[in-house]
Amino acid sequence: MFARTALLVLQKDFAIEVRSREILYTTLLFALSCVLIFSIAFVKEGEPLLDAAAGILWIAVEFAGTLALGKTFERERYAETLRALLLAPAPRAAIYLGKMLGVVALLAVAEALLVPLVALLFHAPLFAEPLLLVALLAAGTVGFSIVGTLFAAMLVRARSRDVMLPILLYPMTVPVMIAGVRGTSALLQSPADTPSAIMWIGLLASLDVVFMTIALWTFEPLMTE
Amino acid sequence: MTDFDSVELLDVSRHFGRRRALSHVSLTARAGDILGLLGPNGAGKSTIIGALATLVAPTSGEVRYGGKRARALGDGLRRHIGLLAHELHLYPELTARQNLEFFAKLYGADGAPAIDAALERAALADRGHEEVQGFSRGMRQRLALERALLHQPRLVLFDEPFTGLDDHAVSIVASRLRELAAAGAIVIIATHDLDLADGLVTRVALIREGRLLSDEPAAAGLRARYRSVMGHA
Repeated sequence: MFARTALLVLQKDFAIEVRSREILYTTLLFALSCVLIFSIAFVKEGEPLLDAAAGILWIAVEFAGTLALGKTFERERYAETLRALLLAPAPRAAIYLGKMLGVVALLAVAEALLVPLVALLFHAPLFAEPLLLVALLAAGTVGFSIVGTLFAAMLVRARSRDVMLPILLYPMTVPVMIAGVRGTSALLQSPADTPSAIMWIGLLASLDVVFMTIALWTFEPLMTE
Repeated sequence: MTDFDSVELLDVSRHFGRRRALSHVSLTARAGDILGLLGPNGAGKSTIIGALATLVAPTSGEVRYGGKRARALGDGLRRHIGLLAHELHLYPELTARQNLEFFAKLYGADGAPAIDAALERAALADRGHEEVQGFSRGMRQRLALERALLHQPRLVLFDEPFTGLDDHAVSIVASRLRELAAAGAIVIIATHDLDLADGLVTRVALIREGRLLSDEPAAAGLRARYRSVMGHA
């Protein structure tokens, strides 16, 4: 029942997005704009600033993710459909998981576009260790989405949710961002520092487990008024 | 077994910060009842509906379903609860059919025949493929009513169900509520519209400032009774 409900919520979000494409397009546009603006600032005469690529990639992911989170829950707020979801005869944490997987999927699409763009604009060898890069991005994106989905759901009925979401989210995801940036920097070394990258991936995976445990445990009490 | 034939609020209070939304409310509704929660705006009606729907946790007191606490009945309890609020709980980007299909699956309700029947009852059988955002308020309300009842809930909770409806739509909703109660559902309606409640509800709970002032069988002259109770509170 748990997995089935989570999957249903994910499928529903996918069906809405296929029809509207609203969140996907705004998220992609925002992420691309972010990287392009940074490239104007940090690439001088064709030479990018040393080690800028890793930070810019993760900043773009985090900013685009914040936008996606806000939009995703705005959709549930519009007709109070989040309340209808919470009334389903299934563990409420399954609703959380479904929403969280939707955010991860959106960010994965954004990253599929961002990575080649950052590699191109910042001359960054991001594809030198593709499997490690995918693992790093996956672990970091999941960590960011776990925390972000919980806060976005909590704030869905708050009047100042647009202001509160980044205020709560960014400090909490600092460890994820540090691990993501440092892990990506390790992969961008020549030659790639794979032991360091693997260590950062391990740290991200550990954070994911801790964050997910807390989120699944607290979602129901936080969402019950 | 999570089904039940009565629902009780036992000395329920609910505070939101320093604001007291409900204060020591005790109330029982049984199968076949159409209980009207009547009171002015901000009386606490929606908080009672939220508590019955398991969406609002009482600060003190408890809600019992067939004599059992919600926690004892688990998540399956919500299979027997249907809620229609002022906000319609529909996804505007999805079609009417997609909305019903999603909620039917969520509740583990029967598939296509139940959805076809729901669209028929909502008088939307030929518009099931259209996005809900293109519907009028009345059409959305009819669809939302069927969405809330798709899984044949025992406890039917309506929070201001008549808002924005024309006379024809009101009579459809009212007759549907009577059918449900006759079939053994517990129907609870929160409204401040006395004209619509008069003649529909079988019991009346009058609420003001979070307090239950009166719980009595409905009788003729609801408006006069309401004025009398509220005036003396």
